[in-house]
Amino acid sequence: MQSPNVTIIAEDFGHLISEHRDAEGALLPILHAIQDVCGYIPDAAHPLICDALNITQAELHGVISFYHDFRKKPAGRHVLKVCRAEACQSVGGDAVAATLLDRLGLDWHGTTHNGAVTVEPVYCLGLCACGPAAMVDGRVVGRVDAAKLDALLAEAGV
Amino acid sequence: MKIFVPMDSAAKALGAEEVVAALRVAAPDAEIVRTGSRGMIWLEPLVEVEIDGVRHGFGPAEPADAGGIVDGTSARALGPVEDLDWMKRQSRLTFARVGVIDPLSLDDYQAHGGLAGLRRALGMSGQDIVDEVKASGLRGRGGAGFPTGIKWQTVHDAEAPQKYIVCNADEGDSGTFADRMIMEGDPFTLIEGMAIAGIGVGATRGYVYLRSEYPDAIAVMSRAVELARKAGMLGADVLGSGRAFDMEIRKGAGAYVCGEETSLLNSLEGKRGVVRAKPPLPALEGFLGRPTVVNNVISLATVPVIFEKGARAYADFGLGRSRGTVTLQIAGNVARGGLFETGFGISLGEVVNDLGGGTASGRPVKAVQVGGPLGAYMPVSRFDTPIGYEEFDQNGGLIGHAGLVVFDDTTDMLGMARFAMEFCAVESCGKCTPCRIGAVRGVETIDRIAEGDAGALTLLTDLCETMKDGSLCALGGFTPFPVMSAVTQFPDDFARQKEAAE
Ligand SMILES: Cc1cc2nc3c(=O)[nH]c(=O)nc-3n(C[C@H](O)[C@H](O)[C@H](O)COP(=O)(O)O)c2cc1C
Ligand code: SF4
Ligand code: FES
Repeated sequence: MQSPNVTIIAEDFGHLISEHRDAEGALLPILHAIQDVCGYIPDAAHPLICDALNITQAELHGVISFYHDFRKKPAGRHVLKVCRAEACQSVGGDAVAATLLDRLGLDWHGTTHNGAVTVEPVYCLGLCACGPAAMVDGRVVGRVDAAKLDALLAEAGV
Repeated sequence: MKIFVPMDSAAKALGAEEVVAALRVAAPDAEIVRTGSRGMIWLEPLVEVEIDGVRHGFGPAEPADAGGIVDGTSARALGPVEDLDWMKRQSRLTFARVGVIDPLSLDDYQAHGGLAGLRRALGMSGQDIVDEVKASGLRGRGGAGFPTGIKWQTVHDAEAPQKYIVCNADEGDSGTFADRMIMEGDPFTLIEGMAIAGIGVGATRGYVYLRSEYPDAIAVMSRAVELARKAGMLGADVLGSGRAFDMEIRKGAGAYVCGEETSLLNSLEGKRGVVRAKPPLPALEGFLGRPTVVNNVISLATVPVIFEKGARAYADFGLGRSRGTVTLQIAGNVARGGLFETGFGISLGEVVNDLGGGTASGRPVKAVQVGGPLGAYMPVSRFDTPIGYEEFDQNGGLIGHAGLVVFDDTTDMLGMARFAMEFCAVESCGKCTPCRIGAVRGVETIDRIAEGDAGALTLLTDLCETMKDGSLCALGGFTPFPVMSAVTQFPDDFARQKEAAE
């Protein structure tokens, strides 16, 4: 599995960082900007961020590791988030998730061998009146069942 | 021909984009306006066709229905949308425009009462603005129910070179989507509310901390802020008043605890989202140590209608000390789920059985979790509880952000109690031991109960007491609510496991 953006270079990071560095509380916007481009936060970006914001590597690591969103390694080509929260459980979300993980032979946060899909848990997508809910790369899906899952996975190239 | 189709993410999740594509083929000359959702999620995608100035509904629509909708022969026809029972029974103040207007049209917004509140506020002193909010009786809709006007007073009275308005759009509670719906369906209302707050307390800068799980809401809000700035509703000279207010949208990073206001402020500052001890209050030392109003989306989005119609008109709705309207979110295993705005005081049973129509599965209701993952499981025997802050408190619950999740009789309450502990363990910010370690022990203890260890129940009760007393914030402090309500209201689910093991 390779990242689609392995060629990103220091100058690109510099550009992304300088776009946000003067904002109040610039770190999260910077991390999001880098992850939007690279799909994760490459180690190579760390010293540049620390330099720009005058924070230590330890502080930066502390922030990146605190948030569920930020990745230290690339994900699959598609990210499938499945809601595990109560409202989706009430309409069978657990079974849907179990079927999915079973079918792919993965645990949560796992990526398929061909690098097509990473499966992640999410706690509520605000679709609680039309669950079980899921999201594929930012596209929302409601009333997920086995058939819809099959279609989603096929589309994602599993 | 004018057709309206929601672009709300619930409608999209149920196929609205596919329906729009089919409608474009069936009626190439029709004008298709994208709106928010009316809140009848079980009817989404709900297509509306304007006939003689009246909007007729068709839903839930599928692409194959497009032809019939266009020529008026569709079996999905519901009649005029405003005449539907669900619509007629509401008092839509905060949500008046949602589902009606194009969310990104300022002209549409103003034609439906938008900016009237801000214009009125711009003619008032800061103190008069704060007094108006106090008189409305508005209390925070994010969970704690703190009087909004009193919070604003503290920030108004604080002296500082810079003050801030921070909107809490982290909406992490399962069963809630009111913030999402208003941000996607009427974003200018939130912007207007924040501008009034800014003018009122003397804050010139605002931030919306919006959870990353809501990409559609982020897109609509970001665009709305640009449009508002271009139209002079935001900036150095708000609507030509000479007063300044501007704002930005900031994206969260997937941490539930960042909905807690001090954790949110740390996150907004670019730090780990660890909860801060109070005092100092955020109102005095908030974002970057400056006086800050932190309010929920619905609290702020309700401010414009209070200024448009007057505090009295708003306070006329409600029950006891819960004034105004509550934006109920009916979710989970329910026949008719969605958003319903009404005065406080409606009973839980009326909401679940009458409005919601009972479960979607057709089985008996077992429990309703009210107020998100930190809210109690209410059994059917408590269905006469009126929806109000004090009324729920007296019945061992909380209304929180007013989300209701319905469960049918197949639900294993031991499993739900276990999930509450697991969720707390996953989302704990790690600052206090009773929450960080206690939640992990809680999961283990419930597993022991499931295996038939009777003594473990006493242990669980003690653990919940420790978490309640020793936690800094409501994540650790309130997780015992769902857990202990499951234990006390549904003892069979905890005993049956034991028999099974024997
Ligand atoms: C763990 C936790 C999560 C919270 N999540 C939210 C949230 O997602 N949205 C929200 O408005 N308030 C949330 N709150 C409540 C906030 O701390 C705060 O009371 C609220 O934003 C104040 O605004 P209001 O007075 O308008 O309700 C949460 C509190 C806790 C303890
Ligand atoms: S109760 Fe939990 S989430 Fe709240 S401050 Fe303590 S450790 Fe953090
Ligand atoms: S609980 Fe699954 S979308 Fe809200």
